[in-house]
Parts: sequence; C-alpha cells; structure tokens
Amino acid sequence: MSKYYVNKFLFTVDRDPDLLRRYKESPEALVAAWEQSIGPRLNDSERSTVHQLEANERKALIEHDYVALFEMGAHFFLCLTIFIALYDEDYMREKGPLAFQLEYASKLQYWRGKGYPSIMC
Amino acid sequence: MAKLAAVLATTHHPFYLKATTAPEAEQMPQAAEWKRKVEAYRETLTKAKPDILVMIGADHFHQFFLDNYPQFLIGKSARYDATFYNEEREFGIPKYVLEGHEDLSNFMHQGLMDRDFDFAFSNELKIDHSIICPIITTRPDADLPVVPIYANIFAPPLPSPKRFWDLGRAIREIIDEYPSDKRIAAIGSGHLSLELGGPRQFGPHGPDPEFDRQAIEWLSTGNIEAILENVTHESLTNVGNATHGFMELILMLGIAGAEKANYVDSLDLFHTMEAYFTWYPKEAAE
Repeated sequence: MSKYYVNKFLFTVDRDPDLLRRYKESPEALVAAWEQSIGPRLNDSERSTVHQLEANERKALIEHDYVALFEMGAHFFLCLTIFIALYDEDYMREKGPLAFQLEYASKLQYWRGKGYPSIMC
Repeated sequence: MAKLAAVLATTHHPFYLKATTAPEAEQMPQAAEWKRKVEAYRETLTKAKPDILVMIGADHFHQFFLDNYPQFLIGKSARYDATFYNEEREFGIPKYVLEGHEDLSNFMHQGLMDRDFDFAFSNELKIDHSIICPIITTRPDADLPVVPIYANIFAPPLPSPKRFWDLGRAIREIIDEYPSDKRIAAIGSGHLSLELGGPRQFGPHGPDPEFDRQAIEWLSTGNIEAILENVTHESLTNVGNATHGFMELILMLGIAGAEKANYVDSLDLFHTMEAYFTWYPKEAAE
C-alpha cells in the first residue's frame, strides 16, 4: 500500500489545470501517464524509485472512487478538493448548489459514529 | 519595546468573499448578516492601529506536501505572493502580494530557537488561504507588512494542544521583547468543529454544534485549563475530521494569555460555526 503515492497523485494533479482536465476526460490514460512520468519525479533532474501504486489504488484513482480512497486513508482535503474540481460545476448545473458535496457525504454515511481510517502517512 | 496592540483568533471560511460578493439574487440568505459581522470584527483590528501583522495559519498542501512537511515554519522574506491556482479555482480568492518584515521575522525566528522551538524557515514562502482569509476579513487593503507563521494542524502526527499553547506564549514573549516602537497585531485562523471529505460535511450546521458552543466559551473566558484538560487530537477528531484547526485558536489564546476576550462574536452557518475573538493586552490599552 502506498497512501503517500495516492496522495502524491491527488496533490500533483489538483494543482495543475492541464492534468486535472485530462484526469476528468480520460482518467485511465492520465493515471498511466502519471505513473510513468510524474509520480517518480523528485525534482527537475532527479527520479525516485521509492513508491508505486497498488492495483486497488490505481483502480480507485481511475474510477474516481472517493469512497474507496476514503477507506484507504487518502487525505480528506486532497480528495475533497480534487473531486469538487471534477464534479461540482456539473452537479450544480443539474441539481443546484452543494449537490455534489452532499452526495459525497451521503455515500460515506455508514462511517458515521465509527473511527475513520487513519490518514497518517 | 514593541506593543502588542491586539490578538485576533478567527475561523477562516474560504467562501466568505464569494458568498458576500455574488450578485444579490444568488447570495445565500445569511450573506448580509455575515458581512456585517465580519466588518464589525474588522473594526476591532482597525482601532488597534497596528503597524505590523504576525499571521498564524497552516499550509493546506499548497507549497508543502508529505515529502517534506514542517511542523512549525516561519517566513523570512521581504514579500510574499499569496493564493494558489487551486484556491482561486475552488474558492474564488484573488492573488495578493503582501509586504514582509524581515527584521521582525529574523528576531522572531531567533527568539523561537532560543526558546527551544526549532522552526523550519522559508525565504520563498507563498501564502495560502489560512492567512489570506483573515487578510480579506480583517485587513482587506493588505497594506501592512506581515510575518507569517505556520503551525501544522493538517498532516499528522501533529504537535499537541499544549505545544500550540506554549508556542503562543513564546511568540508573546518575543513580541514583547522586540526592540521597536511599532504596534504589532497577531492574527491567527483555524476552525471550530469541521468535517471535510467525510460523512458529516456540508450539513446545515457544523458537525458538532455542542463542541462549538463549548469551544467559544473556553476561548472567550480564556479558560486554558479546561481546554488542555478536555482537548486531545482524538477528541478533536471525534467532533469532525478536520477540527484540529482549533489548535491554531489555542495558539492565539497563548499569545493573548489566559484572559477574557474583549470581543466575541459567532455565526452559525451551514457546514461550520464561524467565530471571531479579539483580545487587547492590558498594556496596549493605555
């Protein structure tokens, strides 16, 4: 499991408008491209060999599955921010303000009153 | 010596600007009341006539990430850019450039090191909404030099609530010792109960209104004993997964000291309870 690497994906994609657009339009292709060229990047000249995505992590990212990401302990702020970027406007147009945020909460209702998965990484 | 003219502890709600500047027909019902409360709160800073602002917040994975995340960090440059692309996108917060105050930054950094707070530092810090939100609400002209300080409430393991209080006490001593005739205000932002990316997010109130009432009472009466007796990382998690921002408000109480606040206001919104506290240290009132 590489919670850190899942978070690195969310962090690097959320802060880049072009990556974000590609993650919305073709998530599978973007995740593959990220794993090849962006994930291993340590800085402009150095590459890191430390982390890789597990199959279930890759699947959750490709499927925009924020429930699975919550359960893996991906950081709540990174998850919420990137999925708002991907879905908020579309939901707003069809169902009104906060529709996406409330659906997000409702899909996680079964966690109410339980200890959430740790985000420690 | 410098005067600590005011200490402000405030929640930061990144949607304040958007909510209160949208066309009137699209505004949320509480927008006008929210704006009135924020403008009244702003006046508590204005009348303290500050020359320099010590600003306390936390980076929300904008400049810093899990490859290298500082527990405590101070900015030391002559100017600061502010607001990242994804904050503009999500919150509609504009970009700012704030003037820094290198002399106080350096004095503060050395003073913290001398008191065993081993701070990280940055000479190229870009500030995020934890500091820009209170600039928008309390000093929207952004016309004063700032000394930015980050304390980690975001990437666990976090410093303890007691450590936030102790850091506030240390910052207070250093401000009091700063050899200058300037008037300094300390402004810090955090949260009451808050849920982000979890089942209790974006409800009609904050995730735990009972905690919010209690927290407001603790801060407004300066009751640090009760805070340190009751508040742990776990107790904060229990009332909302992002409630650790409350520790920034504990830090601000540390700067003010265990005193009753001179100004307290709050506003029950969807998603969060907003709260606004100001202390005027006794010697500054003379």
